[in-house]
Amino acid sequence: MVLSLAQGLLVSTEIFAFTLLFALPLGLLIAFGRMSKIGLVRQIFRIYISIMRGTPLMLQLFFFYFGPYYLLGIPLNKLGLFGVEYRFISVIIGFSLNYAAYFAEIYRAGIESIPVGQYEASSVLGLSKSQTFFLIIFPQVVKRIIPPVTNEVITLVKDTSLAFALSVMEMFTIAKMEAAAHTTMVPFIVAGIFYYIFNFIVAWAMERLEKSLNYYR
Amino acid sequence: MGGQILTISHAAKAFGGNEVLKDISLGVSKGDVLAIIGPSGSGKSTLLRCATLLETFDSGTMRYGDLAVIEDGRYAPNDVLHQVRSRFGLVFQNFNLFPHLSALDNITLALRRVQGKGRAEAESIASGLLERMGLAGREGAYPCELSGGQQQRVSIARALALRPQILFFDEPTSALDPELTGEILKVIRDLAAIHMTMVIVTHEIGFARNVADRVIFMAGGVIVEEGRPEDVIDNPSNDRTRAFLRNLDRK
Repeated sequence: MVLSLAQGLLVSTEIFAFTLLFALPLGLLIAFGRMSKIGLVRQIFRIYISIMRGTPLMLQLFFFYFGPYYLLGIPLNKLGLFGVEYRFISVIIGFSLNYAAYFAEIYRAGIESIPVGQYEASSVLGLSKSQTFFLIIFPQVVKRIIPPVTNEVITLVKDTSLAFALSVMEMFTIAKMEAAAHTTMVPFIVAGIFYYIFNFIVAWAMERLEKSLNYYR
Repeated sequence: MGGQILTISHAAKAFGGNEVLKDISLGVSKGDVLAIIGPSGSGKSTLLRCATLLETFDSGTMRYGDLAVIEDGRYAPNDVLHQVRSRFGLVFQNFNLFPHLSALDNITLALRRVQGKGRAEAESIASGLLERMGLAGREGAYPCELSGGQQQRVSIARALALRPQILFFDEPTSALDPELTGEILKVIRDLAAIHMTMVIVTHEIGFARNVADRVIFMAGGVIVEEGRPEDVIDNPSNDRTRAFLRNLDRK
């Protein structure tokens, strides 16, 4: 039982890792769109964020899983990629698009908190706009947004259990099956302990990261 | 006299309906030390920000030597503006050092990324300047580990590193504790002694008289009076200048 839960944990970890891999950079792009000088672009991204934050993640997972078939008539078994079931891919799409919206708002708050003097000093020194962002602004943003990002990442660890709704074989899905098969609470307790340890490690790693950036204020 | 480094003629600027600069004309020649004084809201900081391309004039003409930044209200294309930025430096009131970079890296950043110098060359320039600023050995210090006066000296070094033809100071001592202003004023005095071309917006009237060879008094968006410091400060001919200086004396 512990072994099958551990296998589930591996799948949960995959969902977790792929989501961060896609959502962190995507969130930055969405933040740029949300802060665009062009009103229409700004509005589009504002609506995107509003929908992603305003509807349940589980509903979004269903949308991305069934959407291709219901909307476009594409059979789901044809949508696999590199031998990976579409079931899993749709979970990654759903999680990434959802979390990117939250990350975008965190980036935006971070970027807007940087004093205008940093931009002015960069301009006077002749730095280009992209140099200013990547050499001056972004490193300071990273330091400032670690606490809210930690919150999101911890939530993500727990949210991976929502993939049970699409019967992805992650830890919570397996815990449910094991519990039903053996009519026992033990799988839930073990899964709970695994989630807790996972988040304990995440929190510890983020704290390390935060401390490593403490060399300046 | 190496000709005019900066020429501004008939420049104006308004924020909304509020005219902050009206028909400003001035010239700065090589080796000039020009002090701009005046009450807050007189437009002197805006003038400095327009001269350093942080704000734009609405109309008028400004040129840096042979490069026209704005001609009869029309700004030059970006590549010209980029070239112009290499001709001046600006020292801010609140330093605006990059907090995540050491003193050394604050100075080498633009040397390497804008001027394309190698690390070794950039670092030797930066170390030399820090030493000149009395900060030898503080290369690795982060801005938060330095006093206000030390931070301002790093920011002066950062501006000097790019070898600007003209250096602007925007109230360089206003954010400092009174006991720290002296060290900055000394640095500026030393720069004047080696004929660095400078334009200094300042509230330190005594310092302006002492270091500048020309003083401009601004009020209400216009240049009210301009001349040698002994004339403008000691024997102002204009009522507004007199009123401003009298007020300062009382404080």
